[in-house]
Amino acid sequence: MSAIEKISFDQTGLLRFITAGSVDDGKSTLIGRLLHDSKSIFEDQLTSITNTTRKRGSEGVDLSLLTDGLQAEREQGITIDVAYRYFATPKRKFIIADTPGHEQYTRNMVTGASTANLAIILIDARKGVLTQSRRHAYLASLVGIPHLVVAINKMDLVDYSQSVFERICKDFAAFAENLNLHNITYIPMSALNGDMVVERGDHLNWYQNSTLMDLLENVSIEDDINREDFRFPVQWVCRPQTKELHDFRGYMGRIESGSIRVGDNVTLLPSGLTSRIKEILRYEGPISQANAPQSITLTIEDHLDISRGDMLVKTGDAPQVSKAFDAMLCWLSEQPLDPSRKYLVKHTTRTVKAVISRIDYRVDVNTLDHQTVSTLNMNDIAHVGLKVQSPIVCDEYARNRATGCFIVIDESSNNTVAAGMISPA
Amino acid sequence: MNNHPFTHLDALESEAIHIMREVAAECANPVLLFSGGKDSIVLLRLAEKAFRPGRFPFPLMHIDTEHNFPEVIEFRDRRVKELGERLIVRSMEDSIKKGRVVLRSETQSRNAFQSVTLLDAIAEFKFDACIGGARRDEEKARAKERIFSFRDEFGQWDPKNQRPELWDLYNTRTHSGENIRVFPISNWTELDVWEYISRENLEVPEIYFAHTREVIRRAAGLLPVSHLVQPQAGEKIEQMTVRFRTVGDMSCTCPVESDAANVDEIIAETAMTRITERGATRMDDQTSDASMELRKKEGYF
Repeated sequence: MSAIEKISFDQTGLLRFITAGSVDDGKSTLIGRLLHDSKSIFEDQLTSITNTTRKRGSEGVDLSLLTDGLQAEREQGITIDVAYRYFATPKRKFIIADTPGHEQYTRNMVTGASTANLAIILIDARKGVLTQSRRHAYLASLVGIPHLVVAINKMDLVDYSQSVFERICKDFAAFAENLNLHNITYIPMSALNGDMVVERGDHLNWYQNSTLMDLLENVSIEDDINREDFRFPVQWVCRPQTKELHDFRGYMGRIESGSIRVGDNVTLLPSGLTSRIKEILRYEGPISQANAPQSITLTIEDHLDISRGDMLVKTGDAPQVSKAFDAMLCWLSEQPLDPSRKYLVKHTTRTVKAVISRIDYRVDVNTLDHQTVSTLNMNDIAHVGLKVQSPIVCDEYARNRATGCFIVIDESSNNTVAAGMISPA
Repeated sequence: MNNHPFTHLDALESEAIHIMREVAAECANPVLLFSGGKDSIVLLRLAEKAFRPGRFPFPLMHIDTEHNFPEVIEFRDRRVKELGERLIVRSMEDSIKKGRVVLRSETQSRNAFQSVTLLDAIAEFKFDACIGGARRDEEKARAKERIFSFRDEFGQWDPKNQRPELWDLYNTRTHSGENIRVFPISNWTELDVWEYISRENLEVPEIYFAHTREVIRRAAGLLPVSHLVQPQAGEKIEQMTVRFRTVGDMSCTCPVESDAANVDEIIAETAMTRITERGATRMDDQTSDASMELRKKEGYF
């Protein structure tokens, strides 16, 4: 019968993080250092960037070349939104969402941050907390990145001064106080020389805490997913209709949050009908319990009419079922918002027609001031009200990222034009 | 009671299953590209995990260069039979006969021309989504490609005009004639693929394992001797113990020197290796810094 096994998520083997900062802050050097010191740069990549460095008339190896890839970018000296890099240590596998720091930064950082467990905000020790550092901190808090590392880089250029480090920490903390940021770790480092990135080095002995790599390997990300509220958006209904499985109806999907056991009472939303979990199935066979973010198949005791877009939740722990809600919206498209138009909202596995019925204010990402506007342009972040044609089953983003996020699609171009995070009504 | 951690493979697997189910649910007419290579072997297991006890909600398709290693084709057909699923084969020979592909010589690499046959097959069957086994760690153009990668009606990829991809909310919408390429194992590395093959005990074609083969040294690599590759002046045939890291067109897929005779030894070797998969094995990727990017813009996988 069911295999009884308990899965522990405290040492989840995959960590996704984003690096925020410009080339000037040493971002590419830091990524290059992490890849290099974890032995994740291959010889042919090294040869290729050494050749390119030489072609451009420079000496040595420019590690930043590792992160700008495409011909289109090299010709124009720009970097296109998000690139993903991979490295692994014996403890964990890492995915870096590497986003460039030019004017489209808001859109790119929000995109890269949406799946991140952790953000590294780079600060040049000589310059301290700049406008862009504040912008990065605000965006990290907006997207609800669970862990934040403030990497105070180029310590070699300020004589590894403890007082410089402490002053920057204090400045940053004062700003972060106004934001919804938790778990901030400050690390002094020199990515160029490798101090406190993977190795401790000899220059920062006054700093007793973990190196960056040590922190990346050990930070607990178990609670980055909501572990309390069972949310199961139905993706696909499996009805084989074969001789042996004539009446089989399996509800396939991924548990977005919480956990479920065989025998639990469940409610189907938006209809409100109830039943009990009969089986939890995986390809390997039945199990007695499953947790987010596992992809599973559920069967239930009763015959209910269930289709894609419906959500199964535990009875007594229901999210909102709503046709109007408020959200923070990040506009991603070059085409501005047209408040008179209908758009599509994709939320979990449900896509519905929607209008943006109000723009309450736009946030100046540098000052956090609120501004009155009548439309939204690319990179704008605003508090808005939405109305949808049929109800969505949702939680506040701050409580549950997976059931609190949505994208907005332009029905005529089919482009993804905005990203939204549901806020308290 | 066992207490085991949620590993990186568990996380990657769950993500890939979720992606496949999104394709099945939202696309009208998807297809899964199966070549018999290790990445698409992993895709088939993920499809089993996503859809059993049901059948796959899409057919499988192989774009056949007819420059294949015979072991791989034998394996491909056997695996499809085991699964009881439907395989479509579209061959480049048809594109050549129709005059859609003009080769300079019989032995020229056919990798780049696969795009023509692929696009013809997409048009023939009106596929709106092709699930493929490409990974972002393979190549720098791939590193910037979305999991759901939109192609216009000419099959072209425009790197500067990609749809933003946030959270796990994939925009699968296309206009008639357009299609998307979907890469469920985008976030996997070569090592992840082999670790998964080991964990799932998946069979792979024999040519992935160390064997003795006649090769010649050309440019920076080794080339397998076959009816397509014969020694030129100054080159000599050598017997070497090699294995393939990728399986592709026989005329340009290079084996590497290796004694790795089983999956565990391949994992150990992959963990230690210092050359990227494509750098070591694909001559067509070494012609310029942007070979893959250019091919993708023309409709390549």
